[in-house]
Amino acid sequence: MTDPLLSVKNLRVDLTTRRETVHPVANVSFDLAQGETLGIVGESGCGKSMMLRTLIGLLPRGGRVTGGEIVFQGTDLVSLNEKQLRDVRGRSIGMIFQEPMTALNPVMQVGEQIAEGPIAHLGFTRKAGRQRAVELMQQVGIPDAVRRLRAYPSELSGGMRQRVMIAMALACEPKLLLCDEPTTALDVTIQDQILKLLLQLQESTGIGMIFVSHDLAVVSQICQKVAVMYAAEIVEIGSVASVLADPTHPYTLGLLRAVPDFDNVKSVLESIPGIPPSLAQPPEGCRFRSRCGFAQEDCAVGEFPLRFTEGEHASSCIHSDRCREAAQADPIIGARAAH
Amino acid sequence: MAGLTSLPLPLTSDELQRGRGARRVSPTLIAGSVILFIIIGMVIAAPLITSYSPTAINPAQALLGPSLHHLLGTDELGRDEWTRLLYGGRVDLEIAFLAVLASFVLGTAVGCVAGYFGGWVDALVMRVVDVILAFPFFVLVIALVFILGPGTKSIYIAIIATDWVSYTWIIRREIVAMKKHEFILAAAALGYKHTRIMLRHLIPNCITQAIVYSMSDVVFTILTIVTLGFLGLGVPPPTAEWGSMMSDGQQFITTHWELATFPGIIVVITGIGLSLFGDGIADLLRVE
Repeated sequence: MTDPLLSVKNLRVDLTTRRETVHPVANVSFDLAQGETLGIVGESGCGKSMMLRTLIGLLPRGGRVTGGEIVFQGTDLVSLNEKQLRDVRGRSIGMIFQEPMTALNPVMQVGEQIAEGPIAHLGFTRKAGRQRAVELMQQVGIPDAVRRLRAYPSELSGGMRQRVMIAMALACEPKLLLCDEPTTALDVTIQDQILKLLLQLQESTGIGMIFVSHDLAVVSQICQKVAVMYAAEIVEIGSVASVLADPTHPYTLGLLRAVPDFDNVKSVLESIPGIPPSLAQPPEGCRFRSRCGFAQEDCAVGEFPLRFTEGEHASSCIHSDRCREAAQADPIIGARAAH
Repeated sequence: MAGLTSLPLPLTSDELQRGRGARRVSPTLIAGSVILFIIIGMVIAAPLITSYSPTAINPAQALLGPSLHHLLGTDELGRDEWTRLLYGGRVDLEIAFLAVLASFVLGTAVGCVAGYFGGWVDALVMRVVDVILAFPFFVLVIALVFILGPGTKSIYIAIIATDWVSYTWIIRREIVAMKKHEFILAAAALGYKHTRIMLRHLIPNCITQAIVYSMSDVVFTILTIVTLGFLGLGVPPPTAEWGSMMSDGQQFITTHWELATFPGIIVVITGIGLSLFGDGIADLLRVE
């Protein structure tokens, strides 16, 4: 097989605030092939957005990479200086954000905002940039693109704004697109349109995507691979089909059970008891231990690296067999797997 | 409703204009513009309006009082008061506008850099600003002009040196709030340089308040120049200037009240015009 587009190895990030140092990304590793989509799911504050920002070197003040590497197209991004990183950002790696309301400049016409990337990175003239903006707007399905060039973000709907943001991210034809919960702020019908657009763009451009979300349904719709993040670590990774149908980590199982099931309205919506541990002083042993129904005494000590169960499917749980049995016995998960 | 409004219906050009069209040109703005236009126009066209020289001394014609030949009379050296009023406006308005423009540009640049980069740059700049703001403005300006010696150059230096801090203070605060917005992170994620992010994304979103302030600042600066002139620290004689005209005229206040009064009235009218204009601009620039 050829080298992956992106290969993250043992990535660690520290974030020092005035009061404490937290570790929002701890020992994260994954590979992304050309044209592949990796979903990253986890609850708020588990480090998934921070991980995404680390990939393009945009950590907030006080944040720094303390270990590991991010190899993108053969280059370790961690070793690049600010100027070299700027050339990667926007040009080779695009990013779209959660809030289309706030992620666009409110006092700049959208056409100008889309054209800015090619002008800044590729030396386009204003006129050529405008031309490129029209092309991109048509590509992302904005009707009447020529007229909308001059619209301000406040004059567009949420879905249209998200399309503008996608057009901006794709303007310099990057090889990798990072999506930070791009559909979370949209209502369901628009969410569906945006997901279809992303899928279609990926098919036509062969771009690699990392799609961060807390919504398992969205991830299953758009991704080939999924990584489940809990307390700054990846606890399970594998193909979407195998992870969702055959979860081998109790946390994944808990997430799946917490999705409302409309085929079985009478069933009680389950939630995972407890709260995630502090990322400043993560507990010894397995970080999910205190909330886990399968926890044993041997979960309390030692390291819990990802271990491959079958093929590309890996889990950090040492009792994954018992988790699997429970999943298979669960009518909800069983019914989903049958779909 | 959210679902309805987010349907991708084609926009009419009316709708495209709506966001901006809501910004009405207010009566305030019109009144302010008219007053300023008349005053600035008359000051610029001074040689066409009057045939007298503002500086030529004619002792035979001293203190004549208003007449058809001399609309506002003549001063103690026989110079036409109306002519001096027009030419004096050139000096006051020119210094006020240029000094405010320089303070605006300098203060905005410094405030933007301080707010954007933060850290020690910000700390250093803001301590300097605090020190300058701690002194009463007039005391500082008068002290500076006194040290530098009277003259136009000293007035410029004194005003700019004390006035830029207001803009730094306003802009820096706005930038600090604005840079937390996601579109600034998005701009960084698109690989734009710091200068581009500041000039194209931050400043256009932060500048409104500084522009509005600059209008009232022009009024304040005119008053400063006039005060300096009144104190004898202003533009040196024989150049006509509103402040020194008031100062010279006050000794004749009992016999020739017009000499000290009309420069004062014109200062007040100019101030009103600029204030109205500033308010109108504020309404026009207010987003949403």
